[in-house]
Parts: sequence; C-alpha cells; structure tokens
Amino acid sequence: MFITQVLNGLQLGSIYALVALGYTMVYGIILLLNFAHGDIIMVGAYVSWLVMAQLGLPPVLAIALSVAACTLVGVLIDKVAYAPLRNAPRLSILITAIGVSYFLENGAQLVFGADAKVVPAYTDLTTVQIAGLTLSFPSVLTVLVTIAATVALTLVVQKTKLGKAMRAVSEDMGAARLMGINVNSTISFTFAVGSALAGIGAVLYAMAYTQANPTMGMMLGTKAFVAAVLGGIGSIPGAVVGGLLVGFAEVFVTAIGLSVWKDAVVFLLLIIVLVVRPTGIFGRTMSEKV
Amino acid sequence: MPSDKKRHRPVLVQVETPNLIPERDLGSIPVLQAEHLGIDFGGLTAVDDFNIAMGRTEISGLIGPNGAGKTTIFNLLTSVYKPTRGTVLVDGYDTAGKSVAEVNRMGVARTFQNIRLFNKMTVEENVLVGFGNTMKTHLVTDMLRLPGHWKQEAEFHDRALELLDIFDMRKYADTQAGNLPYGAQRRLEILRALATGPKVLLLDEPAAGMNPAETEELMENIQKIRDEFQIAILLIEHDMSLVMGVCEVVGVLDYGKIIAKGTPEQIQNDPRVIEAYLGKQEVK
Amino acid sequence: MSEKRPIISTGGRGPAAGGARRTLPMPARYAINAIVVLVLLVLGELMIDGGAINRYQSTVLEQVGIYIILAVSLNIATGYLGQLPLGHAGFMSMGAYGCSIFIIRVSEFLGVGARDFVTGTPMALLLVISGLVVGGLCAAIAGVIIGIPALRLKGDYLAIITLAFAEIIRVVMLNIDDVLGFELTGGAAGLTGIPGFSSFLLVFGCVAVVCFLIHTMMKSRHGRAILAIRDNEIAAEATGVNTTYYKTLAFVVSAFFAGVAGGLYAGCVGVLQPAVFGFMKSIEILVMVVLGGMGSMLGSAISATVLTILPEALRAFSEYRMIAYAVVLIIVMIFRPQGLLGSYDFSLSRIVERIMNRDFPWKKGDAPADAAEGKEVSADAER
Repeated sequence: MFITQVLNGLQLGSIYALVALGYTMVYGIILLLNFAHGDIIMVGAYVSWLVMAQLGLPPVLAIALSVAACTLVGVLIDKVAYAPLRNAPRLSILITAIGVSYFLENGAQLVFGADAKVVPAYTDLTTVQIAGLTLSFPSVLTVLVTIAATVALTLVVQKTKLGKAMRAVSEDMGAARLMGINVNSTISFTFAVGSALAGIGAVLYAMAYTQANPTMGMMLGTKAFVAAVLGGIGSIPGAVVGGLLVGFAEVFVTAIGLSVWKDAVVFLLLIIVLVVRPTGIFGRTMSEKV
Repeated sequence: MPSDKKRHRPVLVQVETPNLIPERDLGSIPVLQAEHLGIDFGGLTAVDDFNIAMGRTEISGLIGPNGAGKTTIFNLLTSVYKPTRGTVLVDGYDTAGKSVAEVNRMGVARTFQNIRLFNKMTVEENVLVGFGNTMKTHLVTDMLRLPGHWKQEAEFHDRALELLDIFDMRKYADTQAGNLPYGAQRRLEILRALATGPKVLLLDEPAAGMNPAETEELMENIQKIRDEFQIAILLIEHDMSLVMGVCEVVGVLDYGKIIAKGTPEQIQNDPRVIEAYLGKQEVK
Repeated sequence: MSEKRPIISTGGRGPAAGGARRTLPMPARYAINAIVVLVLLVLGELMIDGGAINRYQSTVLEQVGIYIILAVSLNIATGYLGQLPLGHAGFMSMGAYGCSIFIIRVSEFLGVGARDFVTGTPMALLLVISGLVVGGLCAAIAGVIIGIPALRLKGDYLAIITLAFAEIIRVVMLNIDDVLGFELTGGAAGLTGIPGFSSFLLVFGCVAVVCFLIHTMMKSRHGRAILAIRDNEIAAEATGVNTTYYKTLAFVVSAFFAGVAGGLYAGCVGVLQPAVFGFMKSIEILVMVVLGGMGSMLGSAISATVLTILPEALRAFSEYRMIAYAVVLIIVMIFRPQGLLGSYDFSLSRIVERIMNRDFPWKKGDAPADAAEGKEVSADAER
C-alpha cells in the first residue's frame, strides 16, 4: 500500500516535472510565463485519441504523432504569437500567451466538443513484477521515461552546441547575438524541446487518466507552473524536484483523506517555499546593481 | 521624525588624526563618520578599513581607478549594502540596521552614477517625492481632499519650484523627467536629493558625460549648494579638474583601501597617488 | 527633526506666484465633475424606470460597473505600482462573501426583509453600505496577509504567489463548512439568499466614489511615492520612500476596492459559488487593465466596459465568441502592445497633463512655451 502511494506520487510528480521543464526552459530563455504550455498537453492528448480511437492506428504511431504535434504547435505558437513581441513590454507577451491559451482551449471545444474523449490504452500491459512486488506498469513506465528525458535534456543543454547557444541566450540575449548566435532559431529550438517534453507528458497523462478534454491543460499547467516556480524557475533540476514535490504533496494529502484540500496544500507549499527562499529551491538570486 | 530620532543614541567616536575637517566646522561633531568600514563579497574584500569624518559644510572628493570600490563605499554609507565590518555614523547616530530610506531620513541623500530618475513622472513630481517625508498629511486627508491637503500641496508646489530655481529648471517643471536633456537629468537628481533635506549629499560621478563648460557650471553649483544649504558634500569623480577645483579634502582609493588623503595640492604631489592612479592616466 | 533641517530658500528670487488663486478653481472643478456624474446617474436611472433600458440590459450595465471597479482597482497594483498580481478574483471573493454573510446575518437579526432592499429603505441602504465596507475590509485584510510576504518577491514570483493565494481562498470557501461544522459559505452548492441589493444607482455611485478616491490618492504624496517605486525602486528608497509601506498600501487599497466590487457582484447575481472566483476571473480582469493601457484609469474603465458588453452582444455566436475573443486579444497585443487606447505614456501623460492643468490652471498661459521646450528637450535627449 505504502509502495503504491509512493509510486503514485512518483508518477504524478513525473508528469508535473515533464511539463514544468517546458515552463522552465521557455522562462529561462525569454522570461515568459508561457500560459499556453499546459494547453499543448491537451493538444497531445487529443492527437493520441484521434490516431488510436478515430483512425484505429497503432499506439506507437499515436505516441510519435502526439509528440510531433506538440512540438509543431509549440514552435508555431512562438513564431506566430510571441516572436513579433520580442521587444514589447513583458506584460503584453504575457497577455498574448493568455490569448493563445484561450484560443487553444476554445478551439478544441469547438472542434471536439466539451465532453471528455476516452483515449484508448497504449498497451495491454497493466502490471509488472519487480522484486516480488506487483506494480502498475504505466506508473513504472512514467518514472523511467521521465528519468530518461531529464538525463537527455541535461546532456543536450550541457554538451551540445545548441545547448550552449541556449544558455548563452538566456544569460544575455544581446551579447549572444553579437557573438554570432542565431537567437531566433535558438528560441525556436527551446520551444521545440519544451513542447516535445510536454508531448511526452501528454502521452503519459493520457496513459494514466485515459481521457482528453478541452480544459485539461489548465489545472495541469497551473500545477506544473507551480512546480517550476517551487524548484526555482529557469533551473532544470529545480523543475524536476518541484514536480516531484507537488506530486507527492497531492498524493499524500489524498491518501490521508483530505483530497478536497489538495490544491490548497500545493499552493500553500508554494507560498511557504517562496517566503523562505524567494527564488525557489534552486533559483539564482538576482540583485540589481546600484 | 522626532520619534525616529529618539530610538538611536549618539555614539562618541574619536575623530581620526590628522584632522582634515575644515576649521570652520570644528565646533560641532562630524556630520558623517565611518570607522574601519569594510565589506567582503564572497571571499573578495571590496572595501577595507575605510575611515572618514566630514565637517558639516565640508566638500570632499573620493577618487580612484575604476573598480577601486568608490560606489561600494556610497552603498555602504547609505545602507544599500550592510557592512561586514565597521560603523557608519550620521550626525552621531549609528546607521546599523537602518534601511536605505531610514538612512535618508537621518540626513544622507545621494545621486547615482547611472542616473535614476522617476522617468515617467514630471520634474516637479520628482522633487515632490523628495519632499514626501516632510509632507505630513494623512492618507485620509489627501483622499478626501480636506483643506489640509490643499494647503500642503500649495506650500510644497511653491517649495518645489523654488528648489528648481536653484538650477534654473522652473521651466521644466511639467516636463517628464525621462525627456530632459542629459545635463538637466543630472541636475534634477541633485535637486531631488536636496528636497529630502539632507545633512550630507553624496554625488556619484556628477560630471560624467558632461563637457568642460557644463563641468565648470557644475563646479559652481556644488559650491552654491554648500553655501546655500550649509550641508556637507562628498563626491566621487573621475574629472580631475572638478575634484581639484572644488574639494577641500580628497581621498584616493585603490583596491578598496584609502592610499592617500589630504588637500588637493598634497594629493597631486603624492607619489603613491601618481603611481596608483594619476601616473597611469593622462592628467592635465 | 524637520526644524533642524535647512529651510530651502529661494536665494532671493522672490516668492512663487499665485498662492491664493490656485485653491479656488479646484472645488469648482470637482463640483463640475460631480454634477456631470449626477446627471449621468439620474439619466440612467430615468431610462431604467421609463423602460428605455430593459431589465437584462440594466443587469449588464451593473456588471459593467462592477468590472470597472475591478479593473481600476487592479490598475493600482499593476499600472501604478508596477507589479503583476494574478489573484484579484481572490480579493473579489473575500469581499463578496464577507459582504453577503454580513448582510444576510445582520438583516436577519434586525428583521430587514428582502423587499426592503429592493425598495431601498434607509435601514436597508445603511446595511448595504456597511456591508460593502465590511466586504472591502475582508479583502483588505486578505491583502495585508498576502501582501507582506508577496511584496518581498519580485516580478513573476509575486504573480505566482498571489495566484496561489487566490486559489487557496477559493478552496477554503469551497470546503470551510465541513471544517466549521456549520454553514458559512454554502460550499460548492453556493451561498444563497443574498438580497438583490445592487442597482444601477448603487453600482455607478460606487464607481464614481472609487474612481474619485483612487484619483485623489494618486495625486497626493502617497500616490507619488507609489509611482516613484514603479519608476525606480532603488532611487525611491534613496529618496526616503518607505517602499515596504507604500507597496503594501497600494496592494491593500487595490484589494479593498476589489472587495467592494465583490460585494456589489453578490448583490447583483444573488448566488455565490467559489468556482466563479477562479484563476480565469483574475486573468479576465488583468486583460482589461492591460488592454486598456496600463496606468490609465480611463483606459481600464473603457476596456472593462467593452469587454463586458462585447461577449453579451455576441451571445448569438456563442460557439465562436471565445475564439474571437482570444484572437482579438492576440492581435491587439501584437499590433498595440501598449494597450488598445494608446501607449502607456500617451494615456498617462494626457491624464497627468489634464490633471496638472486642473490643479494649477494659472499655469495655462505658460503651457505652450513649456510644451515647445519639452519637444526641443526630447530631441536633445535622443541625440
């Protein structure tokens, strides 16, 4: 029972972590709270539903197309809605992001209707035996995929040329441009990676909760956003730790029978962390030079 | 702020020797004092063993190469940074634990190296913010536009314009501060600082970006402010003609330490200074 | 301390002109404004009584007024203080519940019936006004509780902590009855039995009072301190502005008026459900402020009006209206990032200029010369 709860916490936390990574990366590079990020997950879940339930194609294709669609939507959003506003006041971009989020939610409602769609199971395997314990297969898979994705992301950011460009742009966009880095393509790449992670998150979410609805991205996105801030927005390990914290907090509060309070507990956790550490757990303190 | 004043007790500090305070100010305690002031950032000592005692109407200068720690000293004197070591006394009162705003109310006003005006407010409003703590109306009086509000606004409107007159800036009163020409922005920053009713005025590179004629004018203005307001002025400057022309005492800072201190003549002839600072740069 | 400070002298330039002339026109101008407002109120009321505005339309008008109060109050924190709170709906719900519970309980105690609120007996009116103040105070208390930790944070961190706080308020409103063991908020089913005390006159009377109070606060030493913090916090501190106090003040005043709007909302719809005061409500209000032009009270008011009436007018196209709303939002931001009614500078300076002229009408003669000088000056600065 205890193991199950821990695994549940890990599973939920992993999904939050994957989504939080997208928030954190986009924030790190253009200081934008990408409100539409949660809704990208909704897009991914609907694509899975379309491919499997409507077209009857195999799950592997559904996964690939979901991730691809999320990546595409993410990059497209940046190009259409955010790129023209690079030099505008930050609040204007934030409002644009809210507009994009409205657009995706209401667009999905118009196209697919307000009812939830049932996403078929990706696999028939429901449990696995590990060390004599019977564990839920989706949970184990979710945790493993998240670990792999985080490691891969860290390697990309630390080791590759594009990763270096990303870090340079997030340090100082102007200086990066002067050093010959193509800032626009670097930002696009960041959106692509963040959205691809959201796509993976969408598949894992649909695996766990087997449904897609137009507003599913809202609460999921908000929680993941909280996770990103909790960990210190802009920090990759911060997003993972924040996601796991939020996931565990929710599962724990539900386990002791207070499920109606779980949102309040998550947000209270955030307030406490920010009061103690104003830039989150792994956040860098920034002070203005006088 | 009488209640504010009650809280801190005057601390007696020995005035360092040799005494550089001008003779006319010797009758009263120094208006600004720092004793063994120092600060470390991480392992790095940015300022070490900084001492100063300023007379009430003294004009002093602080010079030194870039990165010597001059602005850091200003930040220490105004409580922007908390010192790692040493004390700062304003008019005999310790500034330890005081916020930047509280230190301002104790009598220290400053300008900034990179001008920091309230750009979207008008010139007059900038000055009125400086008068903010002298104005006493309660929020309710202001919100309900009771007679006290009108009386006070009228009084301080006049005072603000009078203050602007000092630098002949009355004509800009309704201009947005951000739209002022560079020189006028620097002057406005000084006026805003004066509006807070300081005992000491700290000027951080007031002549930066000015041409020789403007610098000449600034020099006159600095003396004018001292004479009219009877306050002490401490300035950081790279422009040697300004420092040597207007300061009574000059301190030379290098690597966070005062390496020489004296009258402009003494400084100009000090071999250590020439080595550390003047020798490396072309100076008239 | 002040007597020890040097008294700023003119240096023999003589006293500033016109001490007595200035104070006279001010009350006159306020009177003119008051008369215009009164005429509009009476006109609206007559149109409602006469049937030119039907019941549905007058309800929409009440909503417009409520959103105007919400937008101008949020504008204190965003436009004037320069922060980004995302929890305005939380303050609104504190006010709505505080006001409603107060009015329900006290009217029971005093035996004031629902009919009295509609006919508007003096007792009922007194009760409504004290209810609105109670609502405002509840919100203001919430403002202090969240403001003190939140205002230590910067930018987006402040945004997220206010969002979190508003969500906590919502969850508490939803579940508090189970904890207390008696009925306070009615939980998810909602708080019912709120007398329908809001009317066109009450709502727009409140709009006028709120706008007046915000205006007078901003054009005083307190307002200048708040604006100074927005323009340059470090310089404001160095100029003696107690930044913690003024940030909290701006935040709390903003919350208070949101609470008043919440009270009016309760009296308008008659039922309160926590779900209404979710995160999206806060966003909706923020959109009004940004779209109208930050820091411009007029901009906030106009965009609140448009954004409240537009969805109602588009009800026939209900399927597409939210998409249209989203698209409009994106397009406006791309092509007018400073807000629909002009750039931030434009709207603010225009209002400031108008107010300046009103404050000091004797300066009008100098104004053209000043303006010319200003232009020269800005050209100079660019060079």
